[in-house]
Amino acid sequence: CEVYAAPRMATGMQEKQYTPSLLSFFIYNPSFGPREGEEEKKILFYHPCDVEKNEKIRNVGLCEAIVQFTRTFCPTKPAKSLHTQKNRQFFFEPEDNFWIVMVVRNPMIEKPNKDGKPPTIEYQEEEILDTVYGAVLRQCYSMYKLFNGTFGRAMEAGGVELLTQKLEKFFYRYLQTLHLQSCDLLDVFGGISFFPLDKMTYLKIQSFVNRVEESLSLVKYTAFLYNDQLIWSGLEQDDMRILYKYLTTSLFPRHSEPELAGRDSPLRPEVAGNLLHYGRFLTGPANLKDPEAKFRFPKIFVNKEDSYEELHLIVYKAMSAAACFMISASVELTREFCEQLDSLVGPQLTLLASDICEQFNINRRISGPDKEPQFKFIYFNHMNLAEKSTIHMRKTASVSLTSVHPDLMKILGDINCDFARVDEDEEIIVKAMTDYWVVGKKSDQRELYVILNQKNANLIEVNEEVKRLCATQFNNIFFLD
Amino acid sequence: MSDEHYLELCDNPVQFENASSVNNVFFDEANKQVFAVRSGGATGVVVKGPDDKNSVAFRMDDKGEVKCIKFSIGNKILAVQRTSKAVMFCQMNLQCVVLEVSCLCFVFRSLQTKNASVLGFCWTNWNEIVFITDQGIEFYQVFPDKRSVKLLKSQSINVNWYQYCPETAVILLSTTVQGNVLQPFAFRSGTMSKMSKFEIELPVVPKPAKLSLSERDIAMATIYGQLYVMYLKHHSRTANSPSAEVVLYHLPREGACKKSHVLKLNTTGKFALNIVDNLVVVHHQSSQTSLIFDIRLREPDCAVNTHQPVLPARSIHPYRIPLSGPTVVPSQPAVPCQLYSSSWSVFQPDIIISASEGYLWYLQVKLPPTVNLLQDKGKLMDFLLRRRDCKMVILSVCSQILEGGEKGSLPVVATVFDKLNQVYKEYLEAEQTYTLAMESGPSRGSAAQKRPVRTQAVIDQSDMYTHVLSAFTERKGVSHKFIIAVLMEYIRSLNQFQITVQHYLYELVIKTLVQHNLFYMLHQFLQYHVLSDSKPLVRATPQPRLSTANDEIVEVLLSKQQVLGALRFIRSVGGHDNVSARKFLDAAQQTGDQMLFYTVFRFFQQRNQRLRGNPAFNPGEHCEEHVVHFKQLFGEQALMKPATV
Repeated sequence: CEVYAAPRMATGMQEKQYTPSLLSFFIYNPSFGPREGEEEKKILFYHPCDVEKNEKIRNVGLCEAIVQFTRTFCPTKPAKSLHTQKNRQFFFEPEDNFWIVMVVRNPMIEKPNKDGKPPTIEYQEEEILDTVYGAVLRQCYSMYKLFNGTFGRAMEAGGVELLTQKLEKFFYRYLQTLHLQSCDLLDVFGGISFFPLDKMTYLKIQSFVNRVEESLSLVKYTAFLYNDQLIWSGLEQDDMRILYKYLTTSLFPRHSEPELAGRDSPLRPEVAGNLLHYGRFLTGPANLKDPEAKFRFPKIFVNKEDSYEELHLIVYKAMSAAACFMISASVELTREFCEQLDSLVGPQLTLLASDICEQFNINRRISGPDKEPQFKFIYFNHMNLAEKSTIHMRKTASVSLTSVHPDLMKILGDINCDFARVDEDEEIIVKAMTDYWVVGKKSDQRELYVILNQKNANLIEVNEEVKRLCATQFNNIFFLD
Repeated sequence: MSDEHYLELCDNPVQFENASSVNNVFFDEANKQVFAVRSGGATGVVVKGPDDKNSVAFRMDDKGEVKCIKFSIGNKILAVQRTSKAVMFCQMNLQCVVLEVSCLCFVFRSLQTKNASVLGFCWTNWNEIVFITDQGIEFYQVFPDKRSVKLLKSQSINVNWYQYCPETAVILLSTTVQGNVLQPFAFRSGTMSKMSKFEIELPVVPKPAKLSLSERDIAMATIYGQLYVMYLKHHSRTANSPSAEVVLYHLPREGACKKSHVLKLNTTGKFALNIVDNLVVVHHQSSQTSLIFDIRLREPDCAVNTHQPVLPARSIHPYRIPLSGPTVVPSQPAVPCQLYSSSWSVFQPDIIISASEGYLWYLQVKLPPTVNLLQDKGKLMDFLLRRRDCKMVILSVCSQILEGGEKGSLPVVATVFDKLNQVYKEYLEAEQTYTLAMESGPSRGSAAQKRPVRTQAVIDQSDMYTHVLSAFTERKGVSHKFIIAVLMEYIRSLNQFQITVQHYLYELVIKTLVQHNLFYMLHQFLQYHVLSDSKPLVRATPQPRLSTANDEIVEVLLSKQQVLGALRFIRSVGGHDNVSARKFLDAAQQTGDQMLFYTVFRFFQQRNQRLRGNPAFNPGEHCEEHVVHFKQLFGEQALMKPATV
């Protein structure tokens, strides 16, 4: 069963180019069916589901064998991926004996042949990067864990049966949102975009968070975002990283429509009392006034020392400001609580959102009009996971659009791989096709990738340009004063 | 019940011989002197002032009953009035305690208008005096050496009665038949200027017209540096005023007098007024309580400039008079003093005299009891910030609101911080303006520049740190969430008023975060520069230059002997491979804690092992002395040996 992705672009008259796509995705545990004839028991999840049973067993068996085989060379680091002409397989063992495998079909070019012969297919097996798809695979697991806890937890609670149910339920939908063709360096970083803000407004937000946590003592953690960018996280970094991913690629895009709706639209939030505010729940009840409203919120799992903690996730938004409140899952959330939260947070958040917007505009005006810079960059700081990209357009639910050619993105990924190999600071300058220069800098915990488009520039000029850029752009990534 | 008396009589009253059939007592508001005149002066006049310098005693001939007696400013000339037609001046040498003054006397009776009777006189200077007669006002200069006087200025006007405010040298005359048109005059070194007259609105206009405004119901005083005429408006059955009120008329140096404030007394009866610490105090005799009003305190639910009492009515703190006699025995019990006695006389601004008991008291406001009487902390702060001795009370209120930790106290904390920093900022700005003016040279506008006075209401960061925040962060049983929230709230407030935050506040935040392993929070604060603008953080340490905020934090922690905290921090940011082991070992050794030293030493040995495959320190790390120290403490065998391959 082969599924072909839609052609991305046509080069030449009849040539068709196909982007990388997901061939299969499965999860197994070898210890569940160690004896012959019981192999099927090992398989906990298999996509696509309509694959014939024996083929499933065969594929799982192959992966098992590869991993076993490579273990003999290095017991602690078994194979992470397998390159073949047509596809690439990625292996990941997130928990003892639980393996997740993702098979990606290599991008290819279909060249038509004369005389009615079937077209020749040319696989571009070197075009995709292990780092990118390895990261995508790990993200799949992190996302599952965020909403379900570990595999081990499901096993404890309800055995294999519960685990397979949970996997089915989660991955059935999640895999549809994987857009392998647009995965790139940003997936490797899995960073967080921070909203640039002046100190005073930041402190106001602090004050808001502290007040809410004080008066609604059920709230254990709070995260604050503006324009899909993070400003404050009460969660630990790793938990925030994956929650941020969920919020910005899944929850927010799904709810962006009402924001765009007109004032009189029924989607607009209701007027509470005499005070108009724009606060509304993105998770939980859509309309508080609805007598049928359900007060159920998604539950998430975060790390707590050696174990995990189960929390209700309340996401509440007013205009472009979103606050996530996390409450211990052992507490049952009631209508009263939600009303209290709404009346407390709604007006304050509305005010804060317009404050931030105003302050942001002032700062932007001071720092000069929005002129399109003649360079594009990606910045990432390993220490705080801060990322910033002028290459990527605004993310939507479906795709993250880049404004540069995939070849250039590939170069960025390659430089990143080089950086990962050594611990020292270094700098790599690449002259790409056409008039592009790609510069990668790694210093301390930070990585910066710049794409310059300058005709007839030489190495010295490019180097100077990047130096100038660093001095002007990156001394204050977070601070807009 | 805790002490709720927020008014008290001073501890050191002026004592004088009580009034009797042979002893007349006079009070001069200008010099605040009490005159006890025995037998018309023949057996002695004892003058007691606020301090001993102003106290004198002398004798003078008994030439009839004394109606009024006052020294000029500086006790230079004594004026004595015995009849309604004449005043006698005496000059005396005050070096001696008892003087015979009759020899220096001369009598002055050359008044402008014949048949006018003198209502009284006021000294406005050491040798300038104003006579108020029923027909006008006359301003004279007195030359005691020549035994003569010179008329400086006079004005004819029918006068019912007068009031004098020595502080501002303003005399207020009651004119017209009803007495409610008041004419003020201001005096200043030889000049008399007529101010614009104004009319007091009477509750009822009597028919036929008769004197309806009593001098007892009018008082003059300065409040917040401005002169006010206070009118005690009694309730009247006919007019629509169910209870009495005090109406304040603002009397500016220039321009017209305006009705400015109304103080609601919400009761009726006999009242008396004082001004203490810019508060209007209204004593109510029948209930034996007093009310206080602050005209700067805005009342949100009242019409403009109508004020309700700041606090519920309370009586003055009970006062005990020690039994006095020729021999004072220390153990003698004190007798309670009858407060609000009908024999009390009240003078402006803050004087209460009991002539029958022979005491003059200054009335004082006690701030600590107000704290529990005023629930609204924002209003309480507004009130306290305008008082003279407020600092310790304000700081105790701050501690108190942090102590409670009740739900919803953060907004209150924020309000209080904002109010404190508002005052703090105003002072800093005034100070800066002054400094700039001084730097630019004294040539221009030098007369106008005065160094701003730092009042007790200026509560700076070091006050907050020393008296409130430092203890608060140390206290057991307070959640770290609340501690951090309070510290951030204070930093927010300082930023809001653009006040540079002192490094020790940042250190307090960092310390609290590190103690609770909240490194990610710390990172976020650094990221948004909330904690990083603190150059003194760097300067506080011996190192000449530090590169990043992380290094600064390590330095702070090490200087606070939080060696493990520093290690944990640097490990959390992944910098432990590159830090100088020597710095940490030095700090650990300094603490004198052997186990700590052992732990830190081991940590770095393990690091060395991991990085270089050998636990030994490189010569470049300069840790030789620490190795020696380690061997001394724990022996050679405790050292980690290189792993044998």
